[in-house]
Amino acid sequence: MGSRASTLLREEEIEEIKKETGFSHSQITRLYSRFTSLDKGENGTLSREDFQRIPELAINPLGDRIINAFFPEGEDQVNFRGFMRTLAHFRPIEDNEKNKNPTASEPLNSRSNKLLFAFRLYDLDRDDKISRDELLQVLRMMVGVNISDEQLGSIADRTIQEADTNGDSCISFQEFIKVLEKVDVEQKMSIRFLH
Amino acid sequence: MELFFNPFDNLLCILLGISFTVWFTLLLVFIIVPAIFGVSFGIRRLYMKTLLKIFEWATLRIERGAKEKNHHLYKPYSNAIIAREPTSLEEEIKEIRRSGSNKDLDSASEFEMSDIFYFARRGVESIMDDEVTKRFSAEELESWNLLTRSNNNFTYISLRLTVLWGLGLLIRYGFLLPLRVTLAFTGVGLLVFLTSVIGLLPNGRMKNFLSEKVHLMCYRICVRALTAIITYHDSENKPKNGGICVANHTSPIDVIILASDGCYAMVGQIHGGLMGVIQRSMVKACPHVWFERSEVKDRHLVAKRLSDHVQDKSKLPILIFPEGTCINNTSVMMFKKGSFEIGATVYPVAIKYDPRFGDAFWNSSKFGMVSYLLRMMSSWAIVCSVWYLPPMSREEGEDAVQFANRVKAAIARQGGLVDLLWDGGLKREKVKDTFKEEQQKLYSKMLVGTQEDRSRS
Repeated sequence: MGSRASTLLREEEIEEIKKETGFSHSQITRLYSRFTSLDKGENGTLSREDFQRIPELAINPLGDRIINAFFPEGEDQVNFRGFMRTLAHFRPIEDNEKNKNPTASEPLNSRSNKLLFAFRLYDLDRDDKISRDELLQVLRMMVGVNISDEQLGSIADRTIQEADTNGDSCISFQEFIKVLEKVDVEQKMSIRFLH
Repeated sequence: MELFFNPFDNLLCILLGISFTVWFTLLLVFIIVPAIFGVSFGIRRLYMKTLLKIFEWATLRIERGAKEKNHHLYKPYSNAIIAREPTSLEEEIKEIRRSGSNKDLDSASEFEMSDIFYFARRGVESIMDDEVTKRFSAEELESWNLLTRSNNNFTYISLRLTVLWGLGLLIRYGFLLPLRVTLAFTGVGLLVFLTSVIGLLPNGRMKNFLSEKVHLMCYRICVRALTAIITYHDSENKPKNGGICVANHTSPIDVIILASDGCYAMVGQIHGGLMGVIQRSMVKACPHVWFERSEVKDRHLVAKRLSDHVQDKSKLPILIFPEGTCINNTSVMMFKKGSFEIGATVYPVAIKYDPRFGDAFWNSSKFGMVSYLLRMMSSWAIVCSVWYLPPMSREEGEDAVQFANRVKAAIARQGGLVDLLWDGGLKREKVKDTFKEEQQKLYSKMLVGTQEDRSRS
């Protein structure tokens, strides 16, 4: 059967997601269609296996870490709201949002939240700091078998040395932000929709 | 009481008898006889034009209905929904690093924490939209074709449209489906019977001639059983004896479509049941290449049998679908190199279905063969175009894989399909780890490469 897009997603839900994530109506219905096509079990949630079925994601060296970002602590299923909330981090920052009311809650796609998404890719045990061990593990995922342990170790040491300002041999989120303050995060961590 | 019902019963019987006879005569005159001689009255094309007008009207009504309620209509986009730049891993990571540092590139560090942005973004892009998984489910239509199975905007159907849809349902299931099922049984039955009869003849020109005629006739009846409206282009390039015909694969119906316009030797695994009966009787009349299940795994055996067949110029051209599985007709996936290693001339054929009248794609994980055929026979029609492309041979210095890709590109270009390098087997299997290792190698080169340069300077 064709996708059951707008028939199963109610208008109220679309409005709520729109407010929370900032996606437009058509983008939400499009992504819902994508969600249902990935949901092979047809139970309204995605499991890790559903994500791993995407070949381009399976060959991404950090594929497992990215998939993990969708699942909150200890859970194995993600529903459409959770799916959209995570995808929202990659929405481009529009100009009119930059000067928004500073007391309003921070949008999911702010510069800070994009950096937090990247930080959490490194932070394996979710304790809000990147230890040397965690950095080594993630580096190992990215390079495979092509670099020796010693070389990788020295890369990790140098990176922590450059970033660590309070001397605890770990990188906190604040230190992470400082290291990347000049990088064009808005552009590099954004995905543009064609419609 | 009984006396009261008798004359009524008689009348009913007479009426049934008459309608049956009329039905069969019409069937014979308008469908079976033209099929035997290969002529056409043009009824199907008229039917197609009328249907198109009705679909356009239906879509307009739905759009109007949506506008009145001030709602957004779900519009499928078969092309990309997100912008993806085709930049390489190296380029992108360099760009990210350049934007983040004041140092020039030569003394740039080996690893930057911002490198992860590349992988994160590519990963999430593929979650939002990837090139492969959408090829294994039916294509979404932009306009509604009055079939429930392809509708996404249920809430906007007005009364008039519902009536039309109900009428369509009646016509399709009440009139078209029984007609088509009758034709299908006739076609298959005739095929099995006549090929068995011809099998009794001694080998020779007469047998080949009769076998050709019988095959063509039965396939044409089957074509009418599906109400398939086929347009053949460039028939001067039709495959000749001793060649291999390759085509993109969307459904088992592809075989019927090609075989009703020319004679081919089929290749495949012997099945049990009805399929096996058909296969066994077909091979009595002319040599097809059927493999036992155990032989299929033995690639050398398969290659040997195929090349033996191809070298015998009196035998018909082989028909092969190198993708190995059904794809949804929006793209062409990796061609398996087996048929391209044999060294015969390859005749590429591109088949493109028009999904507005009935989607021909067989989603084998969702539908079995029987329910698939029933769906086909209860759609409006199967409309497709077949292009016979000029023959190709392996060139000097080209290996089988490159040759296969060249043929695939030609077929994709002609049919207006997306040319993908991904393996159709990904429908069921996981992707090989070698692809991930390639990515890791590329990235490692970026980290280690700079160190080599540094040690040199």
